[in-house]
Amino acid sequence: MYDVTIIGAGVVGCAIARELAKFNIKTIIVDKENDVANGTTKANSAIVHAGYDALPGTLKASTNVLGNALYEDLCKELDVPFKRIGSFVVATEESDIEVLKELKEQGEINGVPNLEIISKEEVRKMEPNLSEDIIAALYAPTAGIVGPWELAIALAENAAENGVEILLNSPVTSINKVDSGYVVVAGEKEISTRYIMNCAGLFADKINDMVNEPFFEILPNRGEYNLFDKSVGDFVNTVVFQTPSKDGKGVVVLPTVHGNFLIGPTAEKVEDPNDLKTTMNGLNFLREKAHKVIPGFPFNAVITSFTGLRAKVKHGDFIIEESKNSKGFINVAAIDSPGLTAAPAIAKMAVEILCKSSGGFETNESFNPNRKPSIHFIDLSDNEKAELIKKDPRFGRIICRCENITEGEIVDIVNRKAGATNLDAVKRRARAGGGRCQGGFCGPRVMEILAKELQTDITSIVKDSKGSYILTGSTKSSSVEVN
Amino acid sequence: MNYDIVVIGGGPAGLAAAIEAKENGVDNILVIERDRELGGILQQCIHNGFGLHVFKEELTGPEYAERFIEKLKEQGIEFKLDTMVLDINQEKVVTAVNTVDGLLHINAGAVVLAMGCRERTRGAINIPGTRASGVFSAGTAQRFVNMEGYMVGKEVVILGSGDIGLIMARRMTLEGAKVHAVVELMPFSGGLTRNIVQCLDDYNIPLLLSHTVVDVKGKDRVEEVVIAKVDDRRRPIPGTEQTFSCDTLLLSVGLIPENELSKSAGIKLDPITGGPVVNESMETSIEGVFACGNVVHVHDLVDWVTEESRRAGKYAARFVQKQLVVSKKPMETKGENGVRYIVPHKVQIENITDKLTLMLRVDNVYHNAKLVIKDGDKVIKSVKKRHLAPGEMETINLPAKDLANFEGNDIIVSLQLEEE
Repeated sequence: MYDVTIIGAGVVGCAIARELAKFNIKTIIVDKENDVANGTTKANSAIVHAGYDALPGTLKASTNVLGNALYEDLCKELDVPFKRIGSFVVATEESDIEVLKELKEQGEINGVPNLEIISKEEVRKMEPNLSEDIIAALYAPTAGIVGPWELAIALAENAAENGVEILLNSPVTSINKVDSGYVVVAGEKEISTRYIMNCAGLFADKINDMVNEPFFEILPNRGEYNLFDKSVGDFVNTVVFQTPSKDGKGVVVLPTVHGNFLIGPTAEKVEDPNDLKTTMNGLNFLREKAHKVIPGFPFNAVITSFTGLRAKVKHGDFIIEESKNSKGFINVAAIDSPGLTAAPAIAKMAVEILCKSSGGFETNESFNPNRKPSIHFIDLSDNEKAELIKKDPRFGRIICRCENITEGEIVDIVNRKAGATNLDAVKRRARAGGGRCQGGFCGPRVMEILAKELQTDITSIVKDSKGSYILTGSTKSSSVEVN
Repeated sequence: MNYDIVVIGGGPAGLAAAIEAKENGVDNILVIERDRELGGILQQCIHNGFGLHVFKEELTGPEYAERFIEKLKEQGIEFKLDTMVLDINQEKVVTAVNTVDGLLHINAGAVVLAMGCRERTRGAINIPGTRASGVFSAGTAQRFVNMEGYMVGKEVVILGSGDIGLIMARRMTLEGAKVHAVVELMPFSGGLTRNIVQCLDDYNIPLLLSHTVVDVKGKDRVEEVVIAKVDDRRRPIPGTEQTFSCDTLLLSVGLIPENELSKSAGIKLDPITGGPVVNESMETSIEGVFACGNVVHVHDLVDWVTEESRRAGKYAARFVQKQLVVSKKPMETKGENGVRYIVPHKVQIENITDKLTLMLRVDNVYHNAKLVIKDGDKVIKSVKKRHLAPGEMETINLPAKDLANFEGNDIIVSLQLEEE
């Protein structure tokens, strides 16, 4: 019998799992995918928003500002890349300045510190590559950037180190209310549980409806992105938004925590919560819009494009509440932007709700908030590099040429809790394959390491999802033994 | 650790440069190779057609490589495999790592850069669609099939009709896959004519010129690839879409010289070739640092790589022996009227003993044209060409005696079309 079952191993589910690991209870987190962080979390703008966007009084406003404040310590404990680089909302028309003033006022009500409207000259002094057409900007120094999936993976790993179970490849197909709580059917497994946290992202409505009256509908919203080479990663050093209009926040341009450059997203309502395709129109749109704020940007340095889906609802605010009819069933749903920023605060809030409903739990005295740091070989000093290779020669073998990732690092991330089991999972954790050659050179090698560490055949290694096989079998000639 | 010459890369360029340096009297040479074996990408090119110019016979890639590897070993040139160079600095200190030696700092008298090139990816050309598995660069697929012994798909569409794309069309067919089409954005193929005949025509694989991939469909693995015709500005024409049901898309969409090390060393690069700016000695903007092969510009035949790399090796040896002359004001090469680039970029005629070899590419397909070498307005030499294409590198040799009489500062190569 589990105390809590968390459905959905995105950043919100994983943050809740880690919060719950602070108690002496039995917690399990289940996900339909073969990796944590494989839904909305893996494809978004990676921004830690300052908190001026949300309407005062909303859950979005309160959890955004609190979540932002929690990031520094959380990322330190979990060894996750986070940089507080600040953000601009740039104005190009006189009428935009009114909007900046409104945003500033709204931010101040929400409790965002140090907001400032700065002049064209100040903007250009800080970011000389921004367009001459920019006449002013709202500057929010507390905004930042983070590795979104790295955060979720680290949260999951730390939760698991502290006793939380993780069950992947297990879609929840039914939930039955029983006297003691619920029975969740997830893949092959039947989980008896007292409480449920519904963190199912794009599928949270379906999960809710398995137990409760439908009261919200997730409306998937697609956003396409372009990611650029590190050679242009410092084109701007601040998160740059355009003045929001009725069409939304517009296209953002920003550096990433690993020194790449990101442009996105588009915004498009779609029916299918699995629709992750990119489109020619979408990618052209990004270029056109980004061009307005960074006219000299070398768009040909693009290395990949991707699409993320946001779990919107009609009324717009997050849903973080216990179900009215089902005690111990807590919906943590409709977490679209600024969900990544808000995740640490959402987790605290959801756990508070659970504690109130359950009467509270005993503290886990042995909880260790610190995750074992990863080794980033290339960032070490020469002496440290030499010492490390002496201890473990696998750190002397560079597998990923573009990002300089060693075999030692890949082996490490495969063998951690919530470790990598496929190519994209390796890319998300160690960046092998995430560079300019996109795995052209290292792909076969990473597959070899995966097969060896997971003790499986190389043909069973997949790119990402369960069915995304890479090799279709042996060649004709290789059936003959050579030497 | 000290070496007279450190060669970075043990592919055809690095091997030829090292051997030539040795033959020119330098003994203390180290070749550093990041892969498990010497020979570079040649090892996965198991088709024949290599060596027609250098050896006057047709060899496979591994056979061609083997001749150089044997020679290297015969001459006792040192090499380190599975060793990655992390950094080269202005003082020619090479920092590298491997599992045996750990971290290495190597002082080099001269350095030869021979890191080769990498393939452009799907991302680089923004092919839309899903992120399903089954999209490979042609080279990665070639490595899987020819070296690792695994097939990467059964029903295939190939984008790009450069030589790698054409060769892989045949290779996949021979391994039992169905290649539906080779799709080419340009109105002409980027590959050698002989490859179009031997790899596509012989196997009835259609070549669709002026077409591109406009969508990739499939949730987990590629299920469909949609292509469309493009207009003269290379934009897809709505309504011309064709869908192929397939599990694999191979991309052969261009090669990019791998110059991350050169960049961090502060070596000046040519934005057109993507490789270092070099002089007649294949010396880069850092004195004593030479470069050759695909790291300088992408070659179509390995034979030309060998020739160019021998030059780099020879001059690196001369540099070490302090016999290389440094001109105060080298001549510059300049392309005109459709000549996209010329290698070398600079020429110090004092160093040319027999001839200067100019390698160049044009920007379009031309028929009945002339490549005219000029000293200002004065025509020095004119070479007739029945057919010129961007996919085929052109070589022009200028005897030293012709150079001696140059009056201007530029060696100009101009493309002139013959009157109809």
